[in-house]
Formats: sequence, C-alpha cells, structure tokens
Amino acid sequence: MRTSECDIVIVGVGGQGVILISDVIGRAAVKAGKSVRGAETHGMAQRGGSVINHTRIGCRFSPMVAAGGADVLLALEPAEALRFAHFLSSDGVALVNTSPVLPVTVTTGIAAYPSLEEILAALRDVCRMAMPIDATALAKRAGTAQAMNVVMLGALSRYIPLPEGLLLDALAEVVLSKYLEANRRAFALGKAEVE
Amino acid sequence: MREYLLGNAAIARGLLEAGVGLVAGYPGTPSSEIIETLVDLKGDMPLHVEWSVNEKVALEVAAGGSWTGVRAAATMKHVGLNVAADPFMTLAYLGVGAGLVLISADDPYCHSSQNEQDSRRYAQFASIPCLDPADPQEARDMAAFGFDLSERFNIPVMLRPTTRVSHARADVQFGEPQPPCESPRFIKNPARRVALPVHARPLHTELVEKQSAIEQALQGTRWNRLTLRAEDGIIASGIAGLYAEEAVLDLDLDVSLLRIGTYPLPSSLIERMLRHVKRVLVVEELEPVVEEQVERLARKVNPGVEILGKGGLILREGELDLLQVRNAVARMRGLEEKQPLRIPAADKILPPRPPALCPGCSHRATYYAMRKVFGKKAVYPSDIGCYTMAVGMGTVDTCLCMGASITLASGIRFGGEPEDICCSLGDSTFLHGGMTGLLNAAYNKARITVTILDNSTTAMTGHQPHPGTGVTATGEPTIKVSLEALASALGAGLVETVDPNDLERTIECFQKAKEFPGLSVVIARQPCVIKARRSGSSRRSFTVSDDCQGCRICVDYGCPAIEFEGNKARINALCTGCGVCAKICPSSAISEVVR
Repeated sequence: MRTSECDIVIVGVGGQGVILISDVIGRAAVKAGKSVRGAETHGMAQRGGSVINHTRIGCRFSPMVAAGGADVLLALEPAEALRFAHFLSSDGVALVNTSPVLPVTVTTGIAAYPSLEEILAALRDVCRMAMPIDATALAKRAGTAQAMNVVMLGALSRYIPLPEGLLLDALAEVVLSKYLEANRRAFALGKAEVE
Repeated sequence: MREYLLGNAAIARGLLEAGVGLVAGYPGTPSSEIIETLVDLKGDMPLHVEWSVNEKVALEVAAGGSWTGVRAAATMKHVGLNVAADPFMTLAYLGVGAGLVLISADDPYCHSSQNEQDSRRYAQFASIPCLDPADPQEARDMAAFGFDLSERFNIPVMLRPTTRVSHARADVQFGEPQPPCESPRFIKNPARRVALPVHARPLHTELVEKQSAIEQALQGTRWNRLTLRAEDGIIASGIAGLYAEEAVLDLDLDVSLLRIGTYPLPSSLIERMLRHVKRVLVVEELEPVVEEQVERLARKVNPGVEILGKGGLILREGELDLLQVRNAVARMRGLEEKQPLRIPAADKILPPRPPALCPGCSHRATYYAMRKVFGKKAVYPSDIGCYTMAVGMGTVDTCLCMGASITLASGIRFGGEPEDICCSLGDSTFLHGGMTGLLNAAYNKARITVTILDNSTTAMTGHQPHPGTGVTATGEPTIKVSLEALASALGAGLVETVDPNDLERTIECFQKAKEFPGLSVVIARQPCVIKARRSGSSRRSFTVSDDCQGCRICVDYGCPAIEFEGNKARINALCTGCGVCAKICPSSAISEVVR
C-alpha cells in the first residue's frame, strides 16, 4: 500500500537553493490541507558538498524517501542527479538542470566530469523519463540567474499533486518582494519547459 | 496555527508555548536552530535567550533560572552533553524550581559530528526521564510537556531529538507563546540546593524511589501506543516507530506494534506485548536501550519469546531508514527483501564532491603558512570546526573533542615527541574548551605553538556570535573579549596576531613562534568569508596571465576558485579576492583585476 501521495528527492550543491524548493512545496501542501514531511542537509556537508532534500506530500510517516521510492528526482546539478539516482523509482521522473557546478576534484584535474549524455543515459536506465532543462539560462531570461531553483520548481509543478496557485502563494511568502516578479517569470518558464 | 516547520523551530514553539523564561545553549549541529528560532520569535517577551560559552555553562545557567522559578531550557548537541555531564548528573538529585528541560540532539550516522553516542543512555545513567520524539510535531508537544513533567516530579527532563527530527520539516500544529513567570525569586533551601554528602544521600534515595511513579505517569501518554494483532510483534522507539509503522503498511502485514516515546520505558505495555506474541522485533537507532529492557521483562513474563533486534536484523551503528526496517520486518516474516538499487555508471563516472573549505577561506592561508614553517615532520593536533576539513593539507593530525588540540599537543610533548608541535583551533572552540588547556600548558611548561584560527564567529554551525564578537545571541552589543589579553593572562610567553591573507607576515609569525623556547600563541585573524560576503564588503578579483607555467602550485593550494584547464591555471567567479594565490605563484602570473 502507498504510504505517501508523492515522494520527491531534490538534490544539488550547497548554495543552489535546494531548501527553498522544499519550503515552497511544504507551505503549499499545508495550504492544501495535506500532511507533508521533509528532511534537510545542514552542517558540515553543506560546505561545497552534495546536498539532498527529501519532500513527501500527503505523508504522515518518516521524512526520508526510501531508496527506489522517489516519484520525482529534481536535480539542480547534473552530476548530483546521478549521485542520488538510486532514490528513483522505476516509474519515476528525473528533471535535470543541465548546467554543471564543477567539484574541486574536477577543477584541480584529479577527476573528470562526465558528459551530460552519459549522465542522462544512466538515469534513463533506472527510471521512466529523464528530462534535461537548461534552468540556468531560463533563469537569466527571467531576469535573475539566482532563480534557477525556481525554474526547476516550475518544471516540478507539473508532476506534483498541488495546485499551481498555492505554489505561487507559497513562493511569494519566501522570496523578497523585489525579486518576486522575476521569480514568477522563472516559475512560468520552467513549467512551460515540460509542457 | 499550522505551518511547515523545521523540527528545531517546532521545539522552539513548544518552549514558548510552555512559557519558558530562560534558554541557554551552545551551537552544535543538529541543535542550533532552536535558539536561533527563539531569537527570531521572542519579540518583546521578557525571555532571556543566550549563547553560552559552552554546554556546561548553558546547563548551569538554565538550572539557576529554574531554581529562581522560571521555566528554563538548555540546548546542545549530543557530545555537548559530555561537557555538561557534571551538572547533569547531580541536578537529577537536586531537582528543579520551575520546570527544567535539557535538549540533547543526537546525530546517528555522524552527519556532522565526531561520534554517534546515544543520549538515552545518559538519561538512564542519571535517572532522568527522556522524551524521544519521532517527528517535529511530537518534538513540539514533548518540549512543552517536559516542563509539566519536570515540575510534577521535581526533576530535569531530557528531550532527545535526532538529526532526522531536528532537521526534518513537517506540518506542525502550534499555539500562542505564553509569557514567562512574572515574580521569580530564588528560594533558599540548602537541603535541596547544596549537594553536601549529608544532603546527597537522601536525595539519591528519593531519586531512585520516584522512578516508578515517573514511569507510571509517562506510560499512558500518547507517545506510547500498543496495537495487539498477530503473534509477531514489533517494538520501536522514537523515529524508528515511524519507519516500523510505514514498513508494516508497505508490506501489508498483520503484526502487533508497540511504539515508544518515553523513558523510563513503559514496562506494563512491553509486558502486555510480550505476553501476546511468540516473536518480537525491537527496532531502535543506536544502542539497544529498549531491547535490553525487553529481554529483562521477557525473562519474567514470557521466557520462550524470541527476541530479534541488534546483532542481526537492526544495526547498532549508523541511522535507520525505511528500507532497512522494511527489510528487517520482511526477514522476520520470511518475505523477500528489497535490494537497494546499484547504479554501476554512477560509481564509474561520477567525480567525488567532498565538503571543502570555502573559496578564499583564511584557514587555508593560515595552514599553508604553518606547514611552510613547521614542515612535514612537525605534529599538528587540530580541533572541532570548519578547519577540520583541511585534513588534506597535512596540518590536521588529530581531532578529538572541543579544545583537545591544546591538551593533546601538551600530552604529545610530555610523552616525549621530539619534533615541533603546532596545534590549531577556532576562536569559538578556544573560548568553549581551549582556555583551560592553554592555562594547563602554560602551568606545566609545554613547549608548543597554539594557533587560534580567529574568523570572529562560530562558522561551522551557522555563524553564531560568542564572547569574542561583541554581540549577544539577541544582537545586543556586549563585551568583546580580547584573545590576545586572554592568551597572555593564561600564561602564553609569546602572543602574535596576524592577518593570514598577509602571507609573508604570517610566515614570519610562525617562524618566531617556532623558535620561541616556551608556550607561543599565534592568533590568525580574518573574518569568515561567508560572513564578509553577507555583510556586503567589497571583493577584489584576480586573474591569471599568460605567464602561467602550469606548475599547479596555486591549484594544489586547493581553493575552489582556482581551476586547471589546458595546462594553465584559471580563476573562476568564486574568487573572493583574498590574493593569497598571487603571493604563492612562482611566476608572478596572478594579479588583481583593475577596475
């Protein structure tokens, strides 16, 4: 029996705004009268390392998505998509920002960064669909590169059981008002990308 | 009200709703956001919130508040309770005035800790009741309930969230903050406040005698839930109860389930379960605290029952998750286990992304200069903080506990180590647990160099202020203690202060300290780059010219702002303008961009 309406794993690199996405989803879920659970990365791991957030809509159990159980993997960074791909269910969907953030191991020439094609191919082996999204470029088009995470949230909005209006209300609560219009544009561009 | 709250914010809400009047803590992942939330929410309420110098201080300040008649709480991470263990053990005897709640946040899997000790053992050790929440809602409810329990039984109460409760979010129902007690007074009562042997002996008897009454009172709370069904049972505590409940639903099984959230454990519920089942699986994170009690009770009520748990199905180390618990239940029932998905491509093609010091972090510059002066053979005891991540630079040889860099360095010297010894610790760590060690080193004549990596904040846990910053937890201006004056007063023979971004001077300072025939202290002072960026201080930027010979000296320095591409170094947008790389480039190929 299903114990959660929708299980989402959001991954990226410290500083990309992973927590904001979960915060918006959680607030929107509360507005919708649904129970919601989330788990965050704080502390040492944040310093330039991989960041993972679990968000479970319509769930009253533990805050963590089980490996092999995610309906959606939302990746703000392509290598991180593959690093956490074991969370995807075989029916799941991976939405992947195509713009890499090179780890120090790559910038210093110790390790190599795989091509986007390799990453997407490996993702497609484990889930129903892996969709690349150039969220960084779309955010710039919306008016602020910082809103890359909100572009991805817009794309995610097509796959989660929450009304768009509530997500936008929640977004308005967490974004500074002077950036709200750009963030709304970013959301719309992300959503259009998966239509 | 219902909001999507972080577990630690939910705890802060619970404290406020209980009318807490004093909260003291020392930052530590995963506990820090409790006090930060209180600072955000307290408004005009007459509530004293402080970052204390360390956890022992925090618990004692909280106890003083409690004895003066205001509800008080102390917050810390699990290893902080080791520091606070001295007052903790005896407070159980002396009791409380108004309610006293100690929050010790455990970190199974060491997400951000040096060990994964189980605070439930401490509660048991001290004979103090422990509340073990499964989620943020329970954490909020238990935080408020803890004060009532504490007052009813005249005993401190421990709230023990774990990382997956403190740093979980959930929809949480909460109410309005209540004002603290208005007419506090310390009431003199030596028989209860002075732990002389003549007082302690009867207080110990009283402590032992009230245990069963506490157990009785906790047994019927909503955090202990027994559902008797088939003759297979599961007993699960804290967050493990959620995993167990979800696993049972996922597997669609008809099993009996006892969820536990309070200690001393609800023996009669456990006995009812044991009488009902033939086989029982005990699911709990870390130590077999529940399992040992289950074994003890089973000898009495059902010696034939099969008990499963640690040493087989449930690991004693690390954190549990749904898949592990589901598989343990499946194995008990002879059902197929789910294997975690392996993705060979991921292991093969993914570059590692370890946490690292930030671009432009001054700790890197300090360690570079230190290593340059003291060399490969010197011994480098280090400590707890961001700088522990510099373990790859060859200047972090030890990390034990807060402040142990100086004392380990002393012991290594007195043990007979012939090489130079240069230890390092952060400013907050020095004030927390390093001062006594420095005094001891001076008193016992340790010839070592102590480096205080002073970034003027408690960076690792989220930039909390401390006595060296000039502000309190609530942002009020206060004294700004001088590390130089402290080091001199504690007996250091040489005290030098330097800006680590001034590499030449830093090297000179370390040279001087190395040659000094006694206890030397180098204070390497440069504000944390994250804080500097947030405060909007202007950044310079640097670039690499065609003179770059591709020697990789700057790349090996390890700053994430320096990349290596096509046999040349390149500086990316992460550059904070510290300029250290320009000073170490042998070809003078790195220079500031003139705007």
